Amino acid sequence: MWGTRGSIASPGPETARYGGNTSCVSVLGDEGTLLVLDAGTGIRRLGASLPVSLRRVDILLTHLHMDHIQGLGFFAPLYREDLDVHLWGPGSATLRLQARLRRYLSPPLFPVNLSELPCRLTFHEVPAGESDIGEFRVRSALVCHPGPTVGYRITRPDGAALAYLPDHEPALAALRFPSLPRAWTSGADLAAEVDLLIHDGQYSTAEYACHCGWGHSSLEQAFAFGALAGAKHFVPFHHDPAHTDADIDRMMAEAIEAGRPEFPVTPGTEGTTIAL
Amino acid sequence: MTATQHVVTVKPVQIILARQLAGSMAMPILIVDPEGTLIFFNESAELILDQRFEETGEMRADEWSVLFAIADEERHPIAMQDRPTMLAISERKPVSRTVWMQCREREWLHVIITAIPLIGEQRDFLGVVMIFWEV
Repeated sequence: MWGTRGSIASPGPETARYGGNTSCVSVLGDEGTLLVLDAGTGIRRLGASLPVSLRRVDILLTHLHMDHIQGLGFFAPLYREDLDVHLWGPGSATLRLQARLRRYLSPPLFPVNLSELPCRLTFHEVPAGESDIGEFRVRSALVCHPGPTVGYRITRPDGAALAYLPDHEPALAALRFPSLPRAWTSGADLAAEVDLLIHDGQYSTAEYACHCGWGHSSLEQAFAFGALAGAKHFVPFHHDPAHTDADIDRMMAEAIEAGRPEFPVTPGTEGTTIAL
Repeated sequence: MTATQHVVTVKPVQIILARQLAGSMAMPILIVDPEGTLIFFNESAELILDQRFEETGEMRADEWSVLFAIADEERHPIAMQDRPTMLAISERKPVSRTVWMQCREREWLHVIITAIPLIGEQRDFLGVVMIFWEV
């Protein structure tokens, strides 16, 4: 995990342990396939760590909010002529992915135009059902979050799977959550029985009450979603930028005490590696 | 666990949001999928249909469309294919029409039925939302 923070990068001594970089996770397969989930500010360090022998990288964007694309222009592999970079992400009702990204990767917001990047860029619109990327089968589907936003389910040939839903509000407007079956719960198909679920857990229960409709979950809701989906291991992700390490420790302890999840919980922490 | 061992068909997120909206509205609202299956109706619609969604669950078009009779302003029956919802499905256009409707043997209601197709961001047809408005 190269960035686990939500909304805006929040470096500083008070966030040093969980990390201040925004969303970025790399997934490395046994056969060498590299997927990058989101391009928040954490992607810069990932780019610097990749070997020169790398020939292809697939960047899977969940959506185009700034905290998920801000690092893209600083991802060093984009400036390598010998590299195939595949960008997956949602278009909108009026613009395709490439045109939407160009709004950021062009002056005045960025000095380099998207079309001028030296790497060999290929764009893929999502949601696109299921796609094979190297050894992985990748499924994308729209989930509940403002604007076109997808979640991803990544499955290994042996069936081991992880789901990545960093920005997700499945409880939106529900009087009680979860009160409906999986079929009526955003993202539940992506997360069904996954071995690892990386999921939005930005707020405390009290904070969520003031942020209903902003597209994020409380930890309590996130655990309930994980239980509904049958997740086996849960990683709360997209920490609020205002939350210090101490705040997150306290929130996790309180939410675990209240929800008593049956799966292990590993708070999303920059620098963490999890083996499936 | 393999990728094919779980089979969960989640509704499109726009349909989930439509249900959440309908569930918080006083107007009777029905939601049908592209095949015409009635996949949800809210509490106010339960009064009109004299059925509870919790008890009926989803109903195919041929099941739910016979729950009530629909007639035009002159009380002439409206053929199934000319009903607002069916037109919204077949033509993918919003349809609004003032009609008389009767559920079972209860009194006839004078209502405006508005059927709105739901088109997703990828231009995919997701279904129809039908709203009843008593005249």
